[in-house]
Amino acid sequence: MSLFLFLSQLLNGLLDGFYYLLIAIGLSLIFSLGGIVNLAHGAFFAIGAYLAIALTPYTGFFGAVILVPLIVAGLGMIVERLLFTRFYRADPLYSLLLTFGLAMIIEQALRWSFGAAPLAYNMPELLRGQVFIGDFIYSRYRIFLITVAVLAVAALWLLLNRTAFGRIVRAGIQNPDILGAMGISLRPYLSVVAGIGIGLAGLAGMLMAPIVPVHPAMGTEVLTAAFVVVVIGGLGSFWGVVLAAILVGVVKGFVIGIDLPSWSLAAIYLLMFLVLLLRPRGLMGERILRFE
Amino acid sequence: MTLRSSFDRRGFLRTTGAAALGTLAAPSILRAQDGPIILGHLTPHTGFLGPLGEYAVMAAELATEEINAAGGIDGRQLQLIKEDSVNPQTASTKAERMIGRDKVAAIIGEISSASALTIAQTVERGKTLFLNTGANSDALRGADCKRHMFHVETQNAMYVNAEGQHLLQSGLVEGKKWYVLTADYAFGHDLLAGARAFLERNGGSIAGEDLVPTDATDFSSFMLKIRAAEPDLVALNLAGTQITSFFKQYGEFGLDFPVGGFGFDTAMAWAAGVQNFRGTWPCVWNHQIDTERSQAFTKAFTDKFGMPPENQAWGDYMAIQILAQAIRETKGTDAAAIIEYFEDPEAKFDMMKTREGYFNPENHQLLQEIYAITAVPASEAENEWDIFTTSEPLPAPDQPLETLIADAVGGSCSFSA
Repeated sequence: MSLFLFLSQLLNGLLDGFYYLLIAIGLSLIFSLGGIVNLAHGAFFAIGAYLAIALTPYTGFFGAVILVPLIVAGLGMIVERLLFTRFYRADPLYSLLLTFGLAMIIEQALRWSFGAAPLAYNMPELLRGQVFIGDFIYSRYRIFLITVAVLAVAALWLLLNRTAFGRIVRAGIQNPDILGAMGISLRPYLSVVAGIGIGLAGLAGMLMAPIVPVHPAMGTEVLTAAFVVVVIGGLGSFWGVVLAAILVGVVKGFVIGIDLPSWSLAAIYLLMFLVLLLRPRGLMGERILRFE
Repeated sequence: MTLRSSFDRRGFLRTTGAAALGTLAAPSILRAQDGPIILGHLTPHTGFLGPLGEYAVMAAELATEEINAAGGIDGRQLQLIKEDSVNPQTASTKAERMIGRDKVAAIIGEISSASALTIAQTVERGKTLFLNTGANSDALRGADCKRHMFHVETQNAMYVNAEGQHLLQSGLVEGKKWYVLTADYAFGHDLLAGARAFLERNGGSIAGEDLVPTDATDFSSFMLKIRAAEPDLVALNLAGTQITSFFKQYGEFGLDFPVGGFGFDTAMAWAAGVQNFRGTWPCVWNHQIDTERSQAFTKAFTDKFGMPPENQAWGDYMAIQILAQAIRETKGTDAAAIIEYFEDPEAKFDMMKTREGYFNPENHQLLQEIYAITAVPASEAENEWDIFTTSEPLPAPDQPLETLIADAVGGSCSFSA
């Protein structure tokens, strides 16, 4: 294999990392603040894809890009209010069971309302086709997807690090009890954070709908990848997840680059295995009082 | 105290002796009974073949309903036990339970060639019939064949021969180079061997080939490799949702090398959408086939489920009809009698096509016509289902059906082993 093709695969892997990031960052956020391991994250990803199919005839593709994450975020806040709140202080095992059940309910609900057969979803002609960056060929749609992903993640970073809202959320992640002692109630923040995290899953689902098969179980595949990224990145670390997502993408690209595509998925798990062995709290995982 | 004294050693022997005799006599009593006929339906409901399995389940339900509404088989109702086969290990466990606990008359279903093999091994031990409705690997009809396994689904060689004819006619074989993407499990490996042999016979070469993990949804890296290799044809030995992912991303990357291939299901074309679907593909059946029975089946399915049946639906519907015919003809569910019936070349089956089908006694493959479908341009598609047109039946009317299984790879079949 030529050096050029090898570099192309590395670059492609690096770009892949951005949509791993989009899926994983919401999962990490919800876990960091409330201690809920949201196994239904993939199911909300699927809801995003199906909503895109349902809404596009009325709103057009770009309208759906804006509306779908908002609706899924709203759903997320309702789920947080009705279900998550009861489990914040409980053993994480209970929230695992809760969200596992929720994932199955959502998957079956999608099967009921849309049928089990995969559905087609077209992308606007404007975004179809190839672009060349030098000799490197890439898809126009993926450039768009990555731009949206980077914008969303950058906005999230600004929200968490440059606003009063973010200061309280970060304090809540570190030590919710002291925050409570200072007279600040974390509850409304927990709702909004769950809404943002789940809304990002919906956005990812909407953006992936034109390029992967849309079927009720599509979320499970994605959930595993998101977990791997969060575990490698480390709990509670924004940059840890970013780094891990890109690392996962590059490792996958590298394995394909050295002509072992059938190993590409296994390589990601191998990477997780290595990280857990050498650095159990993840690449940039912080020591979080509540979990130690 | 009284209880214990009345139940002494002699009494125990008497009771258990009678019970044992009763059990020995039971099979003949059971056979004479008019209870329902239980069928085990075992196929993937989840994973990359799950979307196809759902069609299989719907069709099995429809077939059962229709048979029962018409008074059952010789007055006996059909009862369907449906299970998700998940993976080869689970498939074998569930098959064992269906045979041992549920006493099924036959197991119907499966799509994955790997799971079909473990089910076949289980039914062979349990002396129960297995009608394979979706697994294509030649090895299942070759080295891995089993006396109790019959194949309603076409085998890979039939696809290679039919699609091969089309590619030869289109001038895409001799002196041409192919880029081959292959699903990384039994079905794909088997198909790859067949495709390689076909290329060698006809003077083509391979420009590049990759094994694709069954769970893969991102094909971008393959798009880069295909473009770098500049093949004359991109040949697919993919399966299930892999096919949809490929089509969607091939369109996304704007590549325009001709595409063709050997593994195919119409549901995957529908999921790719008219914007992305292209090329000519072999298929065992499709909803456009213009025969009375095909159109009646399409209408019944569409009325019940709100969408046309795809080829996997046809497979499971057909298998239940074929089994029902065998039970009627042999007047019972005895596996040995049904095997004998199926192996009789005089036993013909209405396949909803122009010619009747029959089992090849040497490998238990149901010989039948197949079709090729060709994508229509986006502007000419009337709806989301009719995004292709169907060919006339293959082989041509003057050719015997046996030509389709010529040059099969996968070893030779011997039922005694």
